[in-house]
Amino acid sequence: MSLPPLLTAPLDLVPLPVIEYVARTLFANILKSHPDLFERLGDYSGKRYCFSPTDLPLDFIVIPGNKSLTVLRAGQPVADARISGPLVLLLALLEGRCDGDALFFSRDLSVSGDMEAMLALRNALDDSAIDLPENLGALAGPLAPLLNRAGCYVRQRALSGKVAAWN
Amino acid sequence: MEHQQRPCLSLGPVYYLWDGPKWRDFYFRIADEAPVAHVVIGETVCSKREHFIEPHVADVVERLEAAGKQVVFSSLAMVTLERESQRVRALVRDSTHPVEVNDLAALGLIKGKPHSIGPLVNVYNAATARLLAGRGAVNICLPPELPMRSVREIASSMPDVSFEVFAFGRMPLAISARCAHARSKGLVKDNCQFICGEEPDGLPLRTLDRQSFLVLNGVQTMSHSCVALVGELDDLGAAGIARIRLSPQDCDMVAVAKLYQSVMEGRLGSEEAIDRLQAIYPAAPFSNGFYHQKEGAAWIAKGRTAGLGL
Amino acid sequence: MELICPAGTPSAFREAVDAGADAVYCGFRDETNARNFPGLNFSRDELAQSIQYARKHGVQTFVALNTFMRAGDEALWYRAADDAVRLGADAVILADFGLMAYVAENHPEQRLHVSVQASASNRDAIQFLVEAFNAKRVVLPRILTTQDIARLTRQLSCEVEVFAFGGLCVMAEGRCSLSSYATGKSPNMNGVCSPASHVKYREDGEEMVSELGGYTINRFGAGEASGYPTLCKGRFEIDGAETYAFEDPVSLDIMDHLDQLRDAGVSALKIEGRQRGKAYVAEVVSILKKALSAEPAARPALISRLRLMSEGQRTTSGAFEKRWR
Repeated sequence: MSLPPLLTAPLDLVPLPVIEYVARTLFANILKSHPDLFERLGDYSGKRYCFSPTDLPLDFIVIPGNKSLTVLRAGQPVADARISGPLVLLLALLEGRCDGDALFFSRDLSVSGDMEAMLALRNALDDSAIDLPENLGALAGPLAPLLNRAGCYVRQRALSGKVAAWN
Repeated sequence: MEHQQRPCLSLGPVYYLWDGPKWRDFYFRIADEAPVAHVVIGETVCSKREHFIEPHVADVVERLEAAGKQVVFSSLAMVTLERESQRVRALVRDSTHPVEVNDLAALGLIKGKPHSIGPLVNVYNAATARLLAGRGAVNICLPPELPMRSVREIASSMPDVSFEVFAFGRMPLAISARCAHARSKGLVKDNCQFICGEEPDGLPLRTLDRQSFLVLNGVQTMSHSCVALVGELDDLGAAGIARIRLSPQDCDMVAVAKLYQSVMEGRLGSEEAIDRLQAIYPAAPFSNGFYHQKEGAAWIAKGRTAGLGL
Repeated sequence: MELICPAGTPSAFREAVDAGADAVYCGFRDETNARNFPGLNFSRDELAQSIQYARKHGVQTFVALNTFMRAGDEALWYRAADDAVRLGADAVILADFGLMAYVAENHPEQRLHVSVQASASNRDAIQFLVEAFNAKRVVLPRILTTQDIARLTRQLSCEVEVFAFGGLCVMAEGRCSLSSYATGKSPNMNGVCSPASHVKYREDGEEMVSELGGYTINRFGAGEASGYPTLCKGRFEIDGAETYAFEDPVSLDIMDHLDQLRDAGVSALKIEGRQRGKAYVAEVVSILKKALSAEPAARPALISRLRLMSEGQRTTSGAFEKRWR
């Protein structure tokens, strides 16, 4: 279920600030269209969440309350709660399109740190109906072709039924 | 808060399956030697076990009463079968002794008759206690899970009702329609061969890292640790608690009762009492976490309670 | 039979209504209900809006206030009951006698349901709750068999609601302190079992260890599906053997006995899972809705779809309920 190297390889060459710019724009876009996310997160919106796609050489650090997002080369980031797994699954989680109970604690994703914060995020995302393709579509920039390709790849996988669980 | 009356000791029902003679001899010795005022008897956990003690109940009651003990009959903790319903109805209807209610069926049937409420009924607040008292409850043994804060709050709001606190024994933590005890030995409840009788003090269940955790007692799950509210007895007395419950373990319960009595009379310090208690019942570590609003398995040594603001 | 559906968030609530629920049950975002998980449940405003949405679609809203009032903090529960009544809850689902007495006295017109947490498992127990608090409906414990339920329902003077699908408590509900024994947080008083605050996962060589309050609840070999460390679902050691000591396979027997339950007079079927996502809610509700009106011959196909979902709870895959749009 990992992204093929063909897709990830270019990321090594893209300067971090560029990736960060795109991710931040997307993040800001999401937060703007889903203010309810904060209320549901409550005290947990001040937590430092780390998303580590196992098929990308990057970590994404998010503090929802500060509306801050930082991209780091993969390593041992400082965070209150960390979730790592294939990008496809992380994006599905972001969309609230996966059933946390099953996926969240499966071996496909691994979670560590403050489980309460993690659960709060999962539940908040589930309520907020984020539509990633919509948010992605609103973006333009140097990474647009790459995002496009990633988006197509994900859909293709999803629709081909190879990821059985995606129905 | 000053109360003239010191709490007295009560002995809860034997939760385990002991064979008839063992059960009888246990109570004979309690009658003869233990400084307990109230004794609750009768099968509480599993209706299938009742026949083990039935032949001895009359003798036990007679001996206990001859020794001046108040005898109370315990009702079943969980009633799902028609046969069990019939048992509870018969107990409430025919008992010549006060009944300790452990399930909602008995609670409904017993309205208007003076009765006790056992620690397996969910009494978490004064509103509930008041309701039960209004229906005839004269003594309420609070659930082991309650912190002292709740105990004090409930007792102080109803000075006319006698409250009881679970102060010694493995805690009843859960009850199920399935029998994990039988299951662990490859049997099912309906054909259990009374296998739980093999462990008169519970079947230890440990974590995969070999941490002692729980014990199985038929359909009931109990704590591995044994509650020992000893350093807390003064506070319980001051809060107006009328009875201190000792729950039978497979150990010298007469010695346990004498030890608690000594502490309550101020003849024995609580720290020394704990050391001696451990010698009387070495099978389990002690706990008092629930009382101190911590995890139930925790042990809070006496000197540290002051800092908790309890 | 009515279909009573869970909602942990307003989104899930709308999904349940849209998928054909007859009633949706939910709780406030605090200790007054037994699914007090972070990020879950409803503010007063959210409940008000959800009730409006439900009404517009002819759907009822039940508010679960099914924990036990902590002595000294009763006001939290009383306020929740007052607000649920004020906002127009079609029923409140209660477990605590003190709270039942409060509602019966202060809101005598309010429809009162007995929560499964009250553990009313027999005729005399239920009769007591009907007489003492004018309970209109009782949710039966999941410990009863279909035959038990059918027998009992015929004897009662109130409506009966039974769990038809979802997670099962191994222990009698509302009578379990296992989780608080390990963590200090009480399912009955704090509304949370096996709380996330006390959950830890750690790697130990090839194995993944799940812990609750410092107790090992399970160890998973490489590639083995892991699970949340719900205490009664854990693997333990008894007499040298390592085993799932409490858990029995989740049973969906009730789905095979829809007609029997209907004939016995069961009023409502309940779906467990306020902590599950909205995708799960939508899927389960729509399948069950179809199953209820389907001819018996068409039912097995629907039920097997449900079975897949149920087993999916325990496996690594089978996690997604909807595709990427």
